[in-house]
Amino acid sequence: MSKGVAITGMGVISAIGNNALENYESLISGKAGISKITHIDTIHADAIMVGEIKTTNTTFEQQLNLTENSYSRSPILGIIAAKEALAQAGITDINNYKTGLISSTTVGGMDKSEQYFYEYFESDAHWQHINGLHAGDSTKKIADAIGLKESFVTTISTACSSAANAIMLGARMIKSGRLDRVVVGGTDALSKFTINGFKTLMILSDTYNTPFDENRKGLNLGEAAAFLVLESDEIVARENRKVLAYVKGYGNANDAFHQTASSENGDGAVLAMEKALKVAGLQPEDIDYVNAHGTATPNNDLSEGRAMLRIFGEGKVPEFSSTKAYTGHTLAVAGGVEAVYSILAIQNNRIYPNLNFKTPMKEFDLRPQTQVKEKEIKNVLSNSFGFGGNCSTLIISQEA
Amino acid sequence: MSKSVYINSVGSVSVQKTFDNSEFLNEITFYNDTVASVINPDYKAYIPPAQARRMAKGIKMSTVSSQTALQEAGIENVDAIIVGTGLGCLGDSEKFVGDIIENNEQFLTPTRFIQSSHNTVAGQIALGINCKGYNFTYVHATVSFESALLDAKMQLEQDEAEHILVGGVDEMVKYHVNSHRLIGHIKSEPVHASKLLESNTKGSVMGEGSHFFVLSNQKQESTYAELVSVECYNSMLKEDLPKKVVSFLTENQTDVASIDLVILGNNGDVNFDGYYNDLTTGLFKDTPQAYYKHLSAEYDTATGFAFWLGAKILKTQTIPEVVRLNKSKASNPKTILIYNQYRGENHSLVLLRKC
Repeated sequence: MSKGVAITGMGVISAIGNNALENYESLISGKAGISKITHIDTIHADAIMVGEIKTTNTTFEQQLNLTENSYSRSPILGIIAAKEALAQAGITDINNYKTGLISSTTVGGMDKSEQYFYEYFESDAHWQHINGLHAGDSTKKIADAIGLKESFVTTISTACSSAANAIMLGARMIKSGRLDRVVVGGTDALSKFTINGFKTLMILSDTYNTPFDENRKGLNLGEAAAFLVLESDEIVARENRKVLAYVKGYGNANDAFHQTASSENGDGAVLAMEKALKVAGLQPEDIDYVNAHGTATPNNDLSEGRAMLRIFGEGKVPEFSSTKAYTGHTLAVAGGVEAVYSILAIQNNRIYPNLNFKTPMKEFDLRPQTQVKEKEIKNVLSNSFGFGGNCSTLIISQEA
Repeated sequence: MSKSVYINSVGSVSVQKTFDNSEFLNEITFYNDTVASVINPDYKAYIPPAQARRMAKGIKMSTVSSQTALQEAGIENVDAIIVGTGLGCLGDSEKFVGDIIENNEQFLTPTRFIQSSHNTVAGQIALGINCKGYNFTYVHATVSFESALLDAKMQLEQDEAEHILVGGVDEMVKYHVNSHRLIGHIKSEPVHASKLLESNTKGSVMGEGSHFFVLSNQKQESTYAELVSVECYNSMLKEDLPKKVVSFLTENQTDVASIDLVILGNNGDVNFDGYYNDLTTGLFKDTPQAYYKHLSAEYDTATGFAFWLGAKILKTQTIPEVVRLNKSKASNPKTILIYNQYRGENHSLVLLRKC
């Protein structure tokens, strides 16, 4: 068992709020952010629902003092969430400790790349976006915006488990003493690319997504950015920081079953949860709430449900819910958004409802939490799974 | 007590004939172009042809280089797979975008979308060898490979893993070349590889490749070298670079005089080679110097080629004449420093030692 890593700041922007407080208020008032798409012109507009952040790029550009159309949406969202996290931690000089930035994304600047794909060869009007196709470009822009210099800056892309992995790597780098402080998380904007990609996989719901429901029809895509600030115990002591919670456990495994589907019994998910519990030095019964991956695809929820039963045992699965019915599936950022929600659950002793759940799945006896519940919460387990068999679990705890 | 980390095997598919580990740059191809394409190994020996047809180039290259590395290390499975890639299987991403536009979001099939996910290569290797262990993909431009190295090193030092397959891969795609030529990142005029550093033009010659290595915390007969240290820096002022290099060496209990060979990432871009030139004429003026991008060409994970080169030099104790940048006598190289940056950003230092 090892000591947890202190979380001293958090920031999130999603379809249910432009900061952590707004997100929390939506979560406890049952206010979902799922709607028809308005910012992207797609022929699927009537056939899908999304978790879209309604604020336009133009408004964000003014807020951030950016030249119009200089950045794609992923770095813009990322900058907002990273700045919120740093402000909460009370960090004014980012370079006064050995600091790193570990971001994650699946699409990076794809929203602009797809918009100007052929236009680049006819006019130089939007050449500023050419290099934005690099996933790392969004991270570079966040690093610049927070003023980070001569530092370890990297980007992870493990599909829908990316931000969970960014948090995991950050915690490991603090523990090993390679960094004193690290900003970890991810950012992903909606794009035609992902809308059409998931459409071809036939896992997009045409209505509100219903995690863990027998009649679930698939996922709603979402967009979001979320970042945490992790700091060493030395900084926490020296700067007298308020610790929000701790990254107590983490586990990463590969399902090695199929490029896009999860194994029927959730082997990878089980391994990830087992590893996270081991790192945390906790037993399954120590977990007070599971923030499930729960994408509302037939495959994920079945596989994850079975994996939870294998970890916790029949009749012993703690309260669990998926918050994807609020935010949509925010791809790379899902694990980041849900890490923030896990911290908020601990701070407020509240479990969020799994919206839209009506009928239990026939394969097992598992019912997610459907009402806000007040309960003392010490340890939250949060799952994130992705294409390529990537399975990650984080355990966020009240105590180190 | 942290454990030492060793490079126990290599596997390379590049724009040179590097896929055969029994050779070491025996035949050189000098390109006279603005791009260089991979020299294909016999993919049929590794991948069933029916599968290979639909497979992205990055996956094919990586299947060969990762299998070569696993075979040479004499192991069938590993505790973790960590891959760095600047752009993933870019060909599929760009074709999928093209299809979306040209077919107005209709008649699309999932294969290209699936392969476009950055973590496809790591996922495919895991599937291929049934590795359920830690699986990570780094996508941070020219420190993607170094990020993977650093992650592996941390796990091996702490004994969280014993054998890790680490790699870097990027494939070259026409659309990407054309679009990046517009913004001057790729040279507009061909340059002969042997004259790359004298081109005096902006941009680089773009290439592709896949390099995989088994890193382990146990030395064995096949071991090439020890990986002593890896550091990455998102930004660096040119005038601060020598100071940073010295402090990196000091942190690793070594100094400039102890470096037997410095491998530099000069790519012939007149706007950014100054970082390297400052080192070759300053800090490392008396140190034997090597370069490689005239052989590998430039891509996000080209440092995989440098890592391969450094490992081969230490194991074979020979420095191919074609990579020599200066005339300083270099015999029995024991310690090698690799330095890279791209367009003034994403600097990395890697220290290797003979064991």
